Amino acid sequence: MAQAIAPNKPSPNKPSPNKPGANKLRRRKNLRPAGFDELGLRRALDDRMLPALVAAMAFLAALGLAGFFVAASLARHWQDGAASTLTVQVPDPGLAMEPGSARGETRRDRVVAMLARTPGVVSARALSDDELNELLAPWIGAGPNNGLERLTLPLPGVVQVRLGATPPKLDELERQLAAAVPRTLVESHQVWIGRLATLARSLQACAGGVLVVVAGVAAAVVAAATRAGLVQRRQAIEIVHGLGATDGYIAGRFTRRTTRLAAIGGLLGATAALPVLLGLAQLGAPFVSGGAEAASAGFPQLPALLWFGLPALPVAAGAIGFVTAQATVRSWLRRLP
Amino acid sequence: MIRFEGVGLSYPRSAAMQAGTVPDEAGRRRSDTREILRNLNFFLPDGEFRWLLGPSGAGKTSVLRLLYLAVRPTAGRLTILGADISTLNRTALPRLRRRIGVVFQDFRLLGHLSAFDNVALPLRLAGRPEGALTVDVMELLAWVGLDGRTDARPHELSGGEQQRVAIARAVVARPALLLADEPTGNLDDGQAERLMRLLKELNRLGTTVVIATHNDALVARHPAPALRLDQGRLLSARRN
Ligand SMILES: Nc1ncnc2c1ncn2[C@@H]1O[C@H](COP(=O)(O)OP(=O)(O)O)[C@@H](O)[C@H]1O
Ligand SMILES: [Mg+2]
Repeated sequence: MAQAIAPNKPSPNKPSPNKPGANKLRRRKNLRPAGFDELGLRRALDDRMLPALVAAMAFLAALGLAGFFVAASLARHWQDGAASTLTVQVPDPGLAMEPGSARGETRRDRVVAMLARTPGVVSARALSDDELNELLAPWIGAGPNNGLERLTLPLPGVVQVRLGATPPKLDELERQLAAAVPRTLVESHQVWIGRLATLARSLQACAGGVLVVVAGVAAAVVAAATRAGLVQRRQAIEIVHGLGATDGYIAGRFTRRTTRLAAIGGLLGATAALPVLLGLAQLGAPFVSGGAEAASAGFPQLPALLWFGLPALPVAAGAIGFVTAQATVRSWLRRLP
Repeated sequence: MIRFEGVGLSYPRSAAMQAGTVPDEAGRRRSDTREILRNLNFFLPDGEFRWLLGPSGAGKTSVLRLLYLAVRPTAGRLTILGADISTLNRTALPRLRRRIGVVFQDFRLLGHLSAFDNVALPLRLAGRPEGALTVDVMELLAWVGLDGRTDARPHELSGGEQQRVAIARAVVARPALLLADEPTGNLDDGQAERLMRLLKELNRLGTTVVIATHNDALVARHPAPALRLDQGRLLSARRN
């Protein structure tokens, strides 16, 4: 097949008359002009609207992300920490088990001993009077003129129990203890802990839902902007398509821009959310054990995972910009032959 | 090599019909589309020159649209540059399009690009490195007499100058097939003659050339074999 060759094709033995000028130009245009924009997308894909909308989405996503991590850590905290403790109350703790016994084992001693033998119990420890005093201080006051010394109420003994991975059945435990040491009560926090954990898990699910919705809205925003750009630059796209551009090439021209604009929006939104989250962490610090010192040290604590989550927002926004624009442009191009 | 075997082309009758307001029964369906080209048969070896003649509305532009792969035939079998267009995968079309240069009636230049960038576009789409395309682009612009206007935008150029940019863009990638639709419509006689010399030179260098026109005077000055269309049918594939 006869391949056409360009007219006046320069050959080694025939120097072209316009070579010096071409050389000068070649030096000037050696690289593809920076941001060469044959589809005219610079005007068609607005560089303010898209980043601004994505920034708003990223801001919401940052709050959702923080909510997700905080709720997750609360749920974990309640489940691991509080769920594994048990309080046992022994009325008249100082009374001897057998009035005539020489060993002088008290009711409290018996309960502690029984608990220590129970499978699934890690430790059982009777609180001392000082510890009880401290525990009750918020209600009856502390100090020389207050406290247990002045109290005529008969206080029960309190045994703190830490449970292992396979805790014993609580009602059975209570029945056994009460049989041996009458009127002993086992107080489980599990019902309340269960409710709090459920609440925290629900909050976490809501925060996750917010993240999904926000990502969906961001994708819709990118898709709308891309479609507007396709309509506006339809003629240029058809010309470039007619000159032999592949769908991948044209989609790439769009995504180069949407990815960047969306990532910039994500960066702006995440940056704007950071001071807000730090402020919230400051407010929340007193409620978190060990948080008060950290807060008074001047630096509020964000959930550690958030330090990975926040920088991931611009990346996620860019990915949404890329995938959405690719899909939108490619499906639009299929109408062309 | 170009071969038409019973090629037909139908356009949808209107956008409203396309949207599906017409019942889908077989009998009615025929009326949603309008047959523009009917049972075309001809063979065009490589390196030939053909006029594509016929009154306005005869279907010349439609034949060219088939040739530059802007539409696919709705009937028959079409072979372009050795590839069977009727069955070719859509993803294979861009590569084929890059071997076909087209001079459109309305030029279709990109208004926001300079003459240089418009001419360079096919090379850039083909992935030619930037450093290797400047010489070719400058030579083509010089060939069409526009070497002084490389940085001008299309709206700063006259109709004739725009057309020369369009021609430079059509041939810069050294296409195997060059198509032109009414290329002299916007030119005076002197410019038209100059254009014909360019196109014939390309043909002499091996490019297959098909030019649609209803300018009888031009055809008379440059006698060559012609395809004659009337109402979507081929009257003759013989010398005019
Ligand atoms: N995109 C289109 N949709 C529907 N009908 C068309 C379209 N393009 C052309 N036609 C019709 O096809 C016929 C042939 O048109 P065309 O190929 O442009 O002829 P020519 O170029 O010889 O003037 C005309 O009747 C025209 O109205
Ligand atoms: Mg026409």
